[in-house]
Amino acid sequence: MLQFTRTKIALILLTCLAGFVVAMPNFFSKETVASWPSFMPKKQLPLGLDLQGGAHLLLAMDQDEIKKDWMNNLRDESRKLLRDAKIGFTGIGVQGTQLVVKLSKPEERDAAIKQLDKVRQPIGSAVLGTGGYDVEVSAGNDPGTVIVKPTDAGMRARISNAAAASIETINRRVNNLGTSESTIVRQGADRILIQFPGLKDTKELKALIGETAKLTFHEVHPSIRADEAKMSTIPAGYKIYPGDKNEGPAEYLLREQPVVQGDDLADAQPGFDNRTNEAVINFRFNQSGARKFGNFTKDNVGKPFAIVLDNKVLSAPVIREPILGGSGQISGSFDVDSSNRLAVQLRSGSLPAKLTIVEERTVGPSLGADSIADGQRAGIIGGIAVVILTILAYGTFGIFACVGLLVHLILTLALMTLIGSTLTLPGIAGLVLGVAMAVDANVLIYERIREELRAGKSPISGIDAGFQRAFVTIADSQLTTLCCALIMFWLGSGPIRGFAVTLTIGILTSIFASVTVVRLLISFWLKAQPKGRIQIVPV
Amino acid sequence: MLMKLIPVFRGFDFFPHDLRLPFMKFKAAALIGSIAAMAIALALCMTYGLNYGVDFKGGSLIELQAKSGKADISALRDKLNGLGLGNVQIQEFGTPSDVLVRLEEQPGGEMAQQPAVQKVIDSVSSDYTQRRVEVVGPAVSSELRMTGFIAVAAGLLAIVAYVWFRFEWQFALGAIVALSHDVILVAGIFAFFQLEFDLSTVAALLTILGYSVNDTVVVSDRIRENLRKFKKMELNELLNLSINETLSRTILTGVTAIAVLISLYIFGGEVIRSFNLAMLLGVVIGTYSSIFIAAPLLGYLGVKRDWSDAAAKAVAATKTTRAKA
Repeated sequence: MLQFTRTKIALILLTCLAGFVVAMPNFFSKETVASWPSFMPKKQLPLGLDLQGGAHLLLAMDQDEIKKDWMNNLRDESRKLLRDAKIGFTGIGVQGTQLVVKLSKPEERDAAIKQLDKVRQPIGSAVLGTGGYDVEVSAGNDPGTVIVKPTDAGMRARISNAAAASIETINRRVNNLGTSESTIVRQGADRILIQFPGLKDTKELKALIGETAKLTFHEVHPSIRADEAKMSTIPAGYKIYPGDKNEGPAEYLLREQPVVQGDDLADAQPGFDNRTNEAVINFRFNQSGARKFGNFTKDNVGKPFAIVLDNKVLSAPVIREPILGGSGQISGSFDVDSSNRLAVQLRSGSLPAKLTIVEERTVGPSLGADSIADGQRAGIIGGIAVVILTILAYGTFGIFACVGLLVHLILTLALMTLIGSTLTLPGIAGLVLGVAMAVDANVLIYERIREELRAGKSPISGIDAGFQRAFVTIADSQLTTLCCALIMFWLGSGPIRGFAVTLTIGILTSIFASVTVVRLLISFWLKAQPKGRIQIVPV
Repeated sequence: MLMKLIPVFRGFDFFPHDLRLPFMKFKAAALIGSIAAMAIALALCMTYGLNYGVDFKGGSLIELQAKSGKADISALRDKLNGLGLGNVQIQEFGTPSDVLVRLEEQPGGEMAQQPAVQKVIDSVSSDYTQRRVEVVGPAVSSELRMTGFIAVAAGLLAIVAYVWFRFEWQFALGAIVALSHDVILVAGIFAFFQLEFDLSTVAALLTILGYSVNDTVVVSDRIRENLRKFKKMELNELLNLSINETLSRTILTGVTAIAVLISLYIFGGEVIRSFNLAMLLGVVIGTYSSIFIAAPLLGYLGVKRDWSDAAAKAVAATKTTRAKA
């Protein structure tokens, strides 16, 4: 066991050297590293949000809103399909999670089902053909009714698409904040995690993602007012929308199907109205939006239309002349900040559903800096304590163990740098704790050597046996710790995960550093001894 | 000086090697004491209850730093209690200029938490800067509570399965009792002193599991080795011998870990102090439990004595014949 071939020695030394080279940038400041010549490695461990400061926001999508929107869409589409096929129906309504269509003539049911099948969209990839449709169309229990019902898989796909779309929208909005280091990822079915390093104030960020910014233009009912409709019945296809509190009536009766949607916006910029000096938003439609809006205004001159943001009516101006150029102006009760923000939100598109912050962890940069300083100080003092204890206990061999620990620390840092894991505050604790646990391997070996020597073995065979016998125990104890670390990784988010990663890597490197490297050092030491002078004194 | 150091493997042995402490004599007392301690700890968790942090209880935590001088906690308390946000807890955090403000979960679900925090920050922003904000809504806190519980349970089971696989069921049983003991006692201490119990405490508990089972595995390895070596030795004597033989290692590793943890506890900063405290308690308790619980339990449970290859083959043979039949 104490014999090493030359290749093995070279490999061990090379590993240590490589680890040292990779880990080195972490010991210098960013500026120093940047000034190094290009052939030197420059990758540093990224600091976690708790160390460099920043925001961690977990957002939850409003699933009910997505479902509701979808059901409304299905209803509108079904209505159109049936009309196109000239199939009469007396009612079409959303009941919970399904759409119930009542046909005028029950005998047309098969034709209706065939026609309504067109609302179905295949889900899953086209190549794999995982099959199935997002919606199921079937005959209802009552004669002459057809049920249109989203399938579970369809619902999942819908929510998944909405999450993906939300992430893109947030990405575009957040990029307007000027920093690009943010990460926005999906978590679970309906959650989105935003991590934003270095952000000092989350107010702006929260305001940016806090609105869905769904902009729509609606036709106002030509004769019935909202309060009148409330007393009697609301005409089919119309809906009551609340008004913006500051101006105009409290409620409006609008056609539910919008004329133009925010998707058709080509641009939106904050500006000022020349006459009133009020903050406004100037917008421009894309081609199809401009055409739709142009046609609508041409047909409705003299009538009001409503500009609706997030289901609230901002204003309902009267169309004085057809607006054919595709651009316009929205005024409301904006100030400079809110018009700026709304312009950003409109440019980046609307969110499919409202997002609620369900978890926030924000660390200010000053706390992060303090934590780094605290972690370093505690680590150095703890490290010194370990070195003193080890050398006290084992003398020269204690020095070897400390060299092993140093290699362990450097390799752990190097591996973390290589896989790009982030260093968190619990991660620093994990590093220090890892050192304490790596010592255990050496303690096991050395205690074993002492025993073997006491039992009367010669120094060399004692050392040999010590390494061999202790190894089983070391492997056992490391593997059990590994179990815990892996579970922690699965459990944890952010900082805790950082701790688990450090612990895991620490376990892996400690076998190499505390066993192999220390064994190599001891074999060098033995060779360097003049013959007959090896006197290992068991206490 | 260096020359003198080189050829000598001499250190300071923490324990004289021929010291034979009669651990097994105290096994009954130790077991009864430990069971009593566990019962008390469980009772404490029930009556006092664990002081769940924001992670598990939901609500908000805001760390503030006075812009100049010391933080005036009583003035802050008057101000924040006037906001109508329910029970607001305020405490000094580390230095006199830092305070930690805790808001309980606001009624009104997920949407209601953020405005409450903004209210606090706005009302103190002239005198304080915000250092840290943690807001955990009702859904996430209940999920975290669940994952925390599952993680500790899964950690225990994974370890026990490993020990069972590597040793015998008696060892696994000893390990699970010892590990549950550690976790329950740490939880009991947290309940008694009403220390904050959050996600980082759970991480500490998991690390403690890993550390404590280290000790147990080291002793078990030695027991197994001695079982092969001394086939005729009386079991209690053999267990006692094994504990004593590994004692110097147990103590030295424990002392090293404790030294590091004390340093982390004192100098590591306020943010991870509760994590470090849990670890510190766990290492002390874990060291105790592997000596006084895991190994002595084997004395009661009994253990397979014949570990020779022949015996193993015989067992395997009966298994296959049974399988064939």
